[in-house]
Amino acid sequence: MSTFHFPESIRSRPVYGRLEARPGKAHLMIADAQGAEAILGLALQVPELMAKTHVIFIPKGTDFGPKLQALSPAQYYEGPSYAAALSRIQRVLSDAAMGLQIYLTGTEGLMGQAQNAAMQAGYDYTAIQTEHRGSLARRMQCVHCKGITEDVILDPFECSHCGLNLFVRDHYSRRIAAFQGVCIDAEDPGNVPPSQEIYS
Amino acid sequence: MTIQFNDETFRDDYSFRNSQRAIDRFPFPFHEDSYMYSVNMEQHQGGPADSIYEKRFDVDEHYVAEMRDRAMVLADDPLRCQSLPHMILAGWDLLELIMVSKSEDYPDLFELHRNGNKWHWINKPMGIEDHFVFMDETTLPYGPMEYITRQTQGDFCVLDQREDNLWMDAGTVTTQADWSLDFDIGMNFFEWHAPVPLAHEKGIFKRALKFLLSIQQGAPARRLNWTMTVNPLLDTSPENYHKWGVQKNTLTLENLGSKQHLRVELQTFFRLPRSNALVFPIRCYLMSFQDIVSKPKWGRRLHRVVRDLPEELATYKGFIDNRSMMLEFLARYDDGLPTSFGVWPDEQGTPALQK
Repeated sequence: MSTFHFPESIRSRPVYGRLEARPGKAHLMIADAQGAEAILGLALQVPELMAKTHVIFIPKGTDFGPKLQALSPAQYYEGPSYAAALSRIQRVLSDAAMGLQIYLTGTEGLMGQAQNAAMQAGYDYTAIQTEHRGSLARRMQCVHCKGITEDVILDPFECSHCGLNLFVRDHYSRRIAAFQGVCIDAEDPGNVPPSQEIYS
Repeated sequence: MTIQFNDETFRDDYSFRNSQRAIDRFPFPFHEDSYMYSVNMEQHQGGPADSIYEKRFDVDEHYVAEMRDRAMVLADDPLRCQSLPHMILAGWDLLELIMVSKSEDYPDLFELHRNGNKWHWINKPMGIEDHFVFMDETTLPYGPMEYITRQTQGDFCVLDQREDNLWMDAGTVTTQADWSLDFDIGMNFFEWHAPVPLAHEKGIFKRALKFLLSIQQGAPARRLNWTMTVNPLLDTSPENYHKWGVQKNTLTLENLGSKQHLRVELQTFFRLPRSNALVFPIRCYLMSFQDIVSKPKWGRRLHRVVRDLPEELATYKGFIDNRSMMLEFLARYDDGLPTSFGVWPDEQGTPALQK
């Protein structure tokens, strides 16, 4: 199973649950990579759900696509990246009728961005289901240059925009859909500890 | 009294200085010889004559220089002032609160003339005079919150109240103790305080929120908070931390008295009438250690507080690496004599340093 038990953290850090089928006429599932496993699991429990579900999947090099398609969802889309899928997601959200159920699963970056898109379309974030699956990589904002670095798995890491060495905080902004990265060697320039994988 | 405004800087050559009057009225934040978080709220309904608590929005000798510094910060980084779209009405509420308060409390410095919605504002220290239509943004050079907070000392957080919570949905933040408005905007009370250690476990934020949610119009509240800053730098933002962080390394026992500053925040809370938002001004007062120890009671007490502060707090407040040097300096001003209760310097009743 591609699940991870996150240790307890600060109050701004998102917490994720387990997807469960909720009653509704229409369902939107957005997933990346191992998030597909959560959808497959849900479909196994409640097979009739899929006929009312629009699945948006970003494989990120995985081969879950055919398995998801085999669930015969009402609509299926596979995109090469979240950025490529975004305009479609926005269109789906803006067209949605009251009562749409939203399920997000996969990496934190995927869930955070899709949650943000849903919030911008007027959905209350507390009504959106999430389940983390797969990589522990994070979407990080550099507090200094404001640039976003996707899929950060090392701490500290180098900002992909300004090149500063940043440490990975648990402080999280839903509006930016990112964790905060802060310069690690500001007080002692050049003194950067070796990078380790997050949660290693 | 007429205030002489200092021509001074909070960056580069750091020409900021406190006059004797400013030292005498400094809001020393420790009422006893130790410190732990508490909600420590009281009503903000004036205070002793010439104290920083006397007026609703204290104007002091640093006013003009602080506003110049704010303009520089905003020119470098406009994201320090932001307002989510639903907060415009609260911005007008804030503009009204400050203009009315300042023109009533400092009639020699500020004038507000109102004829229906046609308003005429005069800010003499900054040389500003504007005629505008209240609630018509097109008649001001900035949005209402930005316009008035470019003319008022202290950071301003404008908090929307809904779902039994407060939401950081607007603000002007250029003199902050290392937190980012741009990152925190849109967060609720617990989320933007998430990085603070120990206080969540002690239930501080739950109690503080309960208090703040019930603040009524005309009954503002206040509390003090504090941290430490090397050099009188107002803009200790995370955005610029990679530039100013290294200054913490410049302390020596010789320069510590003039470079190390106690940074005290006077936090006040006002309910706004139309929007039901809460405005949370955070006014920063800086004082060098050498000026603090000129008051014997404050010198003794600061030594004891810094010495006994839990390590998590010294780390969070960013001075753990310099604590031993600070103690070496402060120990010279602590002869072990008892101190009187309360924050005031009590110069009449306090014995001189016995060493």
